[in-house]
Amino acid sequence: MARAVSTRRTVVFTIVAWIIALVIFFPILYTIITSFKSETEAIQGFNLIPSGTIESYGAVQAQSNYFKFFLNSVVLSVGSTILALLIAVPSAWSMAFAPTNKTKDILMWMLSTKMMPAVAVLVPFYLMFRDFGLLDTRTGLMVMLTMINLPIVIWMLYTYFREIPGEILEAARMDGASLWGEIVYVLTPMAVPGIASTMLLNIILAWNEAFWTIRLTTTNAAPLTAFIASFSSPQGLFWAKLSAASTLAIAPILIMGWFSQKQLVRGLTFGAVK
Amino acid sequence: MNLKTFLLGTCSAVVIAGFAQAETLTIATVNNGDMVRMQTLTDDFTKANPDIQLEWVTLEENVLRERVTTDIATKGGQYDVLTIGTYEVPIWAKQGWLLPLDNLGADYDVDDLLPAIRSGLTTDNKLYAAPFYGESSMVMYRKDLMEKAGLTMPDAPTWEFINEAARKMTDRSADINGICLRGKAGWGENMAFLTATSNAFGARWFDENWKPQFDQPEWKNTLDMYVKLMNDAGPQGASSNGFNENLALFQQGKCGMWIDATVAASFVTNPKDSTVADKVGFALAPDTGLGKRGNWLWAWNLAIPAGSQKADAAEKFVSWATSKHYLDLVAAKEGWANVPPGTRTSLYNNPEYQKAAPFAKMTLDSINAADPKNPSVKPVPYVGVQFVAIPEFQGIATTVGQLFSAALAGQMSVDDALAQAQTAATREMTRGGYIK
Repeated sequence: MARAVSTRRTVVFTIVAWIIALVIFFPILYTIITSFKSETEAIQGFNLIPSGTIESYGAVQAQSNYFKFFLNSVVLSVGSTILALLIAVPSAWSMAFAPTNKTKDILMWMLSTKMMPAVAVLVPFYLMFRDFGLLDTRTGLMVMLTMINLPIVIWMLYTYFREIPGEILEAARMDGASLWGEIVYVLTPMAVPGIASTMLLNIILAWNEAFWTIRLTTTNAAPLTAFIASFSSPQGLFWAKLSAASTLAIAPILIMGWFSQKQLVRGLTFGAVK
Repeated sequence: MNLKTFLLGTCSAVVIAGFAQAETLTIATVNNGDMVRMQTLTDDFTKANPDIQLEWVTLEENVLRERVTTDIATKGGQYDVLTIGTYEVPIWAKQGWLLPLDNLGADYDVDDLLPAIRSGLTTDNKLYAAPFYGESSMVMYRKDLMEKAGLTMPDAPTWEFINEAARKMTDRSADINGICLRGKAGWGENMAFLTATSNAFGARWFDENWKPQFDQPEWKNTLDMYVKLMNDAGPQGASSNGFNENLALFQQGKCGMWIDATVAASFVTNPKDSTVADKVGFALAPDTGLGKRGNWLWAWNLAIPAGSQKADAAEKFVSWATSKHYLDLVAAKEGWANVPPGTRTSLYNNPEYQKAAPFAKMTLDSINAADPKNPSVKPVPYVGVQFVAIPEFQGIATTVGQLFSAALAGQMSVDDALAQAQTAATREMTRGGYIK
């Protein structure tokens, strides 16, 4: 009997989970469907069956150079993630294994920077970027994206590191490991699932960041977010083309997420159950 | 000259030539048909100017406005040519943000620019932007439905006629709405239409002392008529319809009439997208017999920001893109119907254009009927037909637009919307120092 109840419960939960997943995924699905409609079809109202035309993809490709934007997105998201990890791993280590009475305050302060609306600091950052010659450069944007995502990266790593018993690190130290050796050879291998999921999440966040990437670039460093933005039109129908551009922009990150979902889930639930 | 000097000189010349060749203009623009077409035709310019390369930044209208404003105000120097609207030109010119266009070339023929458009781009007798395409607003209507309703559209209709026709043409069972008008909130959306319409009713945004006028009967008449008409003969959910939504409705045959930008004429008569392409007629924007028509005046223009280091090359490009030669180029490659309209008198005198664009005369008459310096019946202290060319307008009109959109959606009464609009506008104008 108990077995039957548990099976029924599993079925219900599975159905609920599927419904929630479908609701979350639906906007992306509808974007993909719309990209295969003609402009007139796209604005005609809710319709899940497209005519299957690929004219929007042709128009999008003819109008701009997708690969230039794509390359910038890859360089910016991967570059800023590496930069963020280089700073965040030692920071999270020190906070997790050598905390002081100010550690909690520092962590909260870092998180509080995420609460500020980005537009509030647009002009100061624009001026700094102008003065350092960083406007429309990949370097400038990489630094910017690193700064934006650093609090989240440190927080995530800090949470993972806290799950690792300090005794193991102590043992390594007793065996004569240096600080560097301790982080690289003992801590990092143990936290690989956590670091991997942090890395993947950071890549996704950097890939999708649209405020700064649109405002601090013009042509040279503009990533796929700027590519999408260029297909909105004040006069004329553009939904199908915009959907095609969005599909092209999210496809790489969607595929990456699909293939790495195991690592992502493992990392995100790391330490959740003791 | 010894060998060393010769080599040094040669190297310097090569370096200088290298720099000269590397001159790249960054052009900020919006994504609409005419602008996209221009990007495909720039070979003509770069062939004649091999030392100039062109880079395009295409952005959504509001993002573009924000990006360009930030860049100009901080002297970022990211752009060499800007695409800006008629609203910004006088404001930015006064701020010293734009360079005057003094060297457009001997064969540019500035006097050929349509006077109404040119005057909106001129400050202190200097042209600060060159028009790429211009537009006004007019009535587009279904000839077949008008006939079915037993009516004939005059060339210059009144609002009384439009009201009557809209109600007669409405057939809810066949999903036909007598009239489609903008309802989506925004200073460039419903407020462009309503401000222009209010001129025909004798309303104005401010009196000569910058006092807001939403508490006057003219505004009440405008808004009352608009809300009632849209309730009786407008489409469902009209409060979220802007230009693009109404365009789609009209193209699908769901609107008897649509009063909007003249540029829409080429969309609704294009058989590729429009199911009613051969049934569309045009008329001037309606009036109420007070002497002003509710038709606006807008142009997308090319201007050079004061921070550009490549002003000469930029001016060459602006001159090319807004020249008679460019119109001929588009005509040769894509046909006369695709030429950017509304900027030059010579285009409207061209018999080939008149033949290819049946809406040409109505567009020209509509543009000529707009008077940005005297938009309404009573005198006003501002310039602009469907906007007020002061920096505060965007903010105030966005708020007022939301209130009027709410009135259309039935979320508040017309009287409440007007009273709140008056309060909001008075507060902002006092804060701005216009009202002492």
